[in-house]
Amino acid sequence: MESFLQQILQGLKLGGIYALIALGYTMVYGVLRLINFAHGDVFMLGAMLSIYFARWTGFGNQPSWLGLGATLLFAMAVCGAIGGVIERVAYRPLRNAPRLSLLIAAIGVSLLIENVGQLRQVFGPTPQPFPALIQTKTVAQWGSLTVSNVEILVLLVALGLMAGLHVFVHHTRFGLAMRAVAHDHQTAGLMGIPAGKVIFGTFVLGSALAGAAGVLWGLSYPVINPMTGFVPGIKAFVAAVLGGVGSIPGALLGGFLIGEAESLTAFYLSSTYKDAIAFVILILVLLARPTGLLGRKEVEKV
Amino acid sequence: MKIKEMLLLAAAGLGLIGCGKPGGDANTLLIGEYVSLSGNTATFGQSMRNAIDIAVDEVNGGGGLLGCQIKLIVEDDQSKPEQAVTAVLKLIQRDRVTAILGEVTSSCSIAAAPICQQNRIPMVSPSSTSPELTRKGDYIFRTCFIDPFQGAAMARFASQSLKAKTAAVFTDRKQDYSVGLAQFFKQTFQETGGKIVADEAYQSDDSEFRPQLTAIRAAKPEVIFVPGYYTQCVLIAKQARELGLTQPFLGGDGWDSDVTLKSGGKAVEPCYFSNHYSPEDPRPEVQAFVEKYRKRFGVTPDALAVTGYDGAHVLFDAIRRANSTDGAAIRDALAQTRDFKGVSSRITIDANRNASKELVVLKIEDGKFKFVESVKP
Amino acid sequence: MKVFWQNNMALLVVLLVVAAAGFGFQRHLDPYYYKILVDVGIAIILVVSLNLINGITGQFSLGHAGFMAVGAYASAALSVLAAGPWLNGLALGGAQKMVVEFVALGVIVIVGGVAAALAGFVVGMPALRLRGDYLAIATLGFGEIIRIVFQNTEQLGGARGISIPPPRSDFTGVYVCAVLCVAFIWRLVHSVKGKSFFAIREDEFAAATVGIDTTKYKVIAFVLGSFFAGVAGALFAHSATGYITPAQFDAVKSIELVVMVVLGGLGSISGSIIAAAALTLLPEILRGFAEYRLVVYSLLLVLVMLTRPQGLMGMKEIKLPWHRQPYQHKPVA
Repeated sequence: MESFLQQILQGLKLGGIYALIALGYTMVYGVLRLINFAHGDVFMLGAMLSIYFARWTGFGNQPSWLGLGATLLFAMAVCGAIGGVIERVAYRPLRNAPRLSLLIAAIGVSLLIENVGQLRQVFGPTPQPFPALIQTKTVAQWGSLTVSNVEILVLLVALGLMAGLHVFVHHTRFGLAMRAVAHDHQTAGLMGIPAGKVIFGTFVLGSALAGAAGVLWGLSYPVINPMTGFVPGIKAFVAAVLGGVGSIPGALLGGFLIGEAESLTAFYLSSTYKDAIAFVILILVLLARPTGLLGRKEVEKV
Repeated sequence: MKIKEMLLLAAAGLGLIGCGKPGGDANTLLIGEYVSLSGNTATFGQSMRNAIDIAVDEVNGGGGLLGCQIKLIVEDDQSKPEQAVTAVLKLIQRDRVTAILGEVTSSCSIAAAPICQQNRIPMVSPSSTSPELTRKGDYIFRTCFIDPFQGAAMARFASQSLKAKTAAVFTDRKQDYSVGLAQFFKQTFQETGGKIVADEAYQSDDSEFRPQLTAIRAAKPEVIFVPGYYTQCVLIAKQARELGLTQPFLGGDGWDSDVTLKSGGKAVEPCYFSNHYSPEDPRPEVQAFVEKYRKRFGVTPDALAVTGYDGAHVLFDAIRRANSTDGAAIRDALAQTRDFKGVSSRITIDANRNASKELVVLKIEDGKFKFVESVKP
Repeated sequence: MKVFWQNNMALLVVLLVVAAAGFGFQRHLDPYYYKILVDVGIAIILVVSLNLINGITGQFSLGHAGFMAVGAYASAALSVLAAGPWLNGLALGGAQKMVVEFVALGVIVIVGGVAAALAGFVVGMPALRLRGDYLAIATLGFGEIIRIVFQNTEQLGGARGISIPPPRSDFTGVYVCAVLCVAFIWRLVHSVKGKSFFAIREDEFAAATVGIDTTKYKVIAFVLGSFFAGVAGALFAHSATGYITPAQFDAVKSIELVVMVVLGGLGSISGSIIAAAALTLLPEILRGFAEYRLVVYSLLLVLVMLTRPQGLMGMKEIKLPWHRQPYQHKPVA
């Protein structure tokens, strides 16, 4: 029982981070129908640049809530800016191009970030330690079940940001515009909604969430290298699709499900086939619900 | 085009009277190096490249080799075996190198070895540990120990020095290196009367290891053998400690890196791992190299740096003894390498073109790698 | 019979030229260039076959490397267990050896292709119910599952990889397969029935309403694409490297192939050929940049997409003199 709860807890934490990254995927997909392949790398930049920020400010040497908060804000701001720049430079010129061309541009940006990051003069390929912004402590223990403050923190920050996003999307003018553009790009334009600005804003927002996810990732898995973004990126993408790509609650659900699936299969089924089993579950879910768990059913117009 | 061809011919002609091989000019000796500068194993490739750069500078600063300056041509293989083949073909066919150094990972080395063999160009791999590699032909050498030796040594260390009766093994299923070490560890540990109580797996791209570690915790092993690379080992150690696992870790040379100490902190203690050298070893050649490397790159050389450095010097030494740039002559000289004084240890090339050399067991303690014992081949 | 000759004269001439070129290249071409040419040939088979699925039929597969792996490992198993020892036992020499090895390679390649086609059928039947990005994720998943299974199959070397005995896929072998693959797919999609593939891409619903069995054509495209991926995998496994590991067939490889298809132009077979050659050659041309090589490569990729969003060839084909201009597709809005 304790082992089971331990796995559930791990799954929740991992799922929370996946969900944060998946939100960025799904929001961008909503407004642009683009799988933003570079999203995982923006996430990596969030973690990596935080290391330099913490080193530069000295927050890394002394665990403090101020340091954590400042680093989190820094990562969100910087990643938001990076996301905005990527949208302006690489995606906007392709607004009317075929969707797959946009995808290739995204893959190109992703490769560019990874390869530039691996240069000696930039980050270098060697993994770098993520500073302990807060001291890891066990805050609760029942038998062999242990809960650390980092786990609680990651979960709380992830949930808090998601709640914030929910409020933002449903109770602000920009959120309304975002939903309108996601619903129907062209009609929204006709209604006087500046689609270009909304798409730009969505990128900034999604990337800021990825930046926050990067810091949370760094706290939980404190070794970061320029390739760190690839695998969480793919998994978050899978989470977004599983939940129904384009759906914000779907990204959340998908994130937690993938987190739990990974955690539980590794423990109960087989660690050797862990990833394979996670994909099998994904495929079975998709076969039963071809547009993901909470995805909008595509209406075909003749 | 014509002029370029003529220049090439002229250069080739000069090469013949100079340092033997066409391709370089009279005063340079071309050595090829293929290495991962990009892709997943770029961090390992960089260590090897740094160390070989130092070795080349040393030789060139000391008057060169056979009266020539060594010119190193480095080609990237993106950490992919098929690209390693292309890189080696380019080095041999276009650049006409005399000999080849590389690669770190066994998969890249095994893929490229047949090319060197066919072209009769000696290849020295500093750190590929798969036994398969040197079976590719008599021009293929390595200057590190192989998986069976390392795996078995750690198994004996566990049962004899640590008196462990039970062990858990946590393998990286994506890395040939890790799978190889795990296999020979399990075999030897069982032969010495030990019992493997948990056998779990992960993949190099993973970051979350707690589920497997929870399973290992339930099996209550006395030691945990994690034959992986430091990129994951640090995370594994941290998460294990968080779960309340206090057993010592055992590992292979993949643990050796400044990253292990810097990121691992208290979590990686105690850990015993097999390695090629101890940075504390007082021998002057070790201290001189560690000093030079720290000064130039700011970190303590890791296993791949040390093996890279030794591999390069073994090759240069063989070329010197062969007193020729002929492939067959260098091959024979390499095969006759006996008691070469390397940074790692004395290196002797055995009949299977593998290095027979000592291994050291290091312990991580007080944020340092401490020497525990050495194991003779 | 006469009709057959009329239709296939050009193809036979091309094949003869390939065989002759292969013979000459083997002797006189620098092995470095030779290897790159062989790589280009294998890439052409992979990209053209993926184009049949992604470009021509409009399905988004991200699992091509998985089917390549099936072909590679099936052929490897055959070579290691049967073909290799048998050839070794024959102890042939000279021209006889060349002919026997060529035939053996043919058999091996077909086995690889058939194995991958079977896998393609098993995967395609259920997966093709999915659309767009959902299909992409499902195929990515299948690709990874296939890789993980090989990674854990110790009989085939597991993560440590497997060394494969001759025969080797030389220039002739690879380009004969490439020419046949291109010719086959070209003729298929430009036949009367073949228009159905484009119809499905343009509007699956409308295609179904005019009586096209969309499932059948989607599965045909998927199985054929997988077959040729398997052929390429077998050729790859038997290339000069003679050694494969499961890690070579990961998601990154599939993504690389999709990049080539889109760069060439979705639906353009000649575009696929050009892109396969260009993106295989590019990293070699960029070797002078040393560690900046892949930075330049990715930068170029973004720049090409920005300047030619429709891919190098768009949907057009390079027309050979004796070909009629194929069906003109209207671009998708």
